[in-house]
Amino acid sequence: MSGKPVLHYVSVRGRMEPVKWLLAAAGVEFEERFLETKEDLQKLRTDGSLLFQQVPMVEIDGMKLVQTRAILNYIAGKYNLYGKDLKERALIDMYVEGLADLFELIMYHEFKPANEKEKDLANIMDKATNRYLPVFEKVLKDHGHDFLVGNKLSKADVSLLENILWLEELKPDALAKFPLLQSFKARMSNIPNIKKFLQPGSAKKPLIQEKDIPNVIAIFH
Amino acid sequence: MSGKPRLTYINGRGRMESIRWLLAAAGVEFEEIFLQTREQLLKLGQDGSLLFHQLPLVEIDGMKLVQCRAILSYIAGKYNLYGKDLKERALIDMYVEGISDLMQLILMFPFSPPEAKEKKIATIAEKATERYFPVFEKVLKQHGQDFLVGNRFSWADVQLMEAILAVEEKVPSVLSGFPQLQAFKTKMSNMPTIKKFLQPGSPRKPPPDENYVATVMKIFKLD
Repeated sequence: MSGKPVLHYVSVRGRMEPVKWLLAAAGVEFEERFLETKEDLQKLRTDGSLLFQQVPMVEIDGMKLVQTRAILNYIAGKYNLYGKDLKERALIDMYVEGLADLFELIMYHEFKPANEKEKDLANIMDKATNRYLPVFEKVLKDHGHDFLVGNKLSKADVSLLENILWLEELKPDALAKFPLLQSFKARMSNIPNIKKFLQPGSAKKPLIQEKDIPNVIAIFH
Repeated sequence: MSGKPRLTYINGRGRMESIRWLLAAAGVEFEEIFLQTREQLLKLGQDGSLLFHQLPLVEIDGMKLVQCRAILSYIAGKYNLYGKDLKERALIDMYVEGISDLMQLILMFPFSPPEAKEKKIATIAEKATERYFPVFEKVLKQHGQDFLVGNRFSWADVQLMEAILAVEEKVPSVLSGFPQLQAFKTKMSNMPTIKKFLQPGSPRKPPPDENYVATVMKIFKLD
């Protein structure tokens, strides 16, 4: 037993990617176990490892945590990425929940059939540029700090960076109208733990290849 | 300013009901504003009151909080319904998140077309009896305590209670295989703050009807 957290998921970004981002930002090394077949998922279920029969599941500190938010909240709390008090936590939660709504759209985009992709992308960019990104541009503008909450790195900053980078993969000029988010992105990308995660060979997953999509879907259905 | 939290939503359960439950369970009185037109919603958006132009909105302790989970987490933290340490909080979060997946089915049910409704109820019954309720039946059986986490009343108990009652409205016999949950439901119903919330005249909202659906569609422009 290495003592490192063990992440159980399929080998795509999906719902585990934010967990990897947060662990990486916290400088925490982890191991991954990839489900490759339906049988792999079934085995975890019959083992009793999955509280609600679902992944992601993270083994950490003697617990088998499921539910992405529970996992992220635990990591954020443990590694001091959750603000200094209840009110900062509320701000962080608000920001992260808004970004989670955006992330849900972005995450599913990978699995949209080819003939729906263009319209879906237009919807994502519309929501991003009109509802979500302006909020964070304004937050940064209003307080002039490097980080979203309490002048300190938190899970809100990690989530924002993750979403920004994924948006840019889909549309390179996604941040064109958001100068402060551009400088936020540059600053965050240079934080040593994050810089390391952004380098080739890290646990960060690439965008899914179309040929792999059927395999992933088959595991869950 | 009364100092009480102020909830802005429509006059129905929707995504605000879990918040009403938690505040009530914590013994916190609150005020409510019910939107009736889309113009009122747009005006709130223009005022800058809604961070992501969405409801629910809860004004509490000088903050305008949006996003249900942020609101619920804040209330749970403030009123000591969030466990005693990080590990208990993780358990509570896991339980609440699981239940909220089940509640999502209930939330969306009024908006399904009439011909799909019977199948949806069957899905709710299946998920409740095969995925979610067995988990909590087992938790309660294994530790033999009154509450789900840490032998102490928490957000997880409130959320489970809300879910049990909501599912029973659709599937009256749903607890028939779950003696621990039946006992849990009775105990929760007798807790003074919850008992009060379950009485007529409380802020608890009735099950959604056609009027509710029409209001939601109109105000949130979901068509």
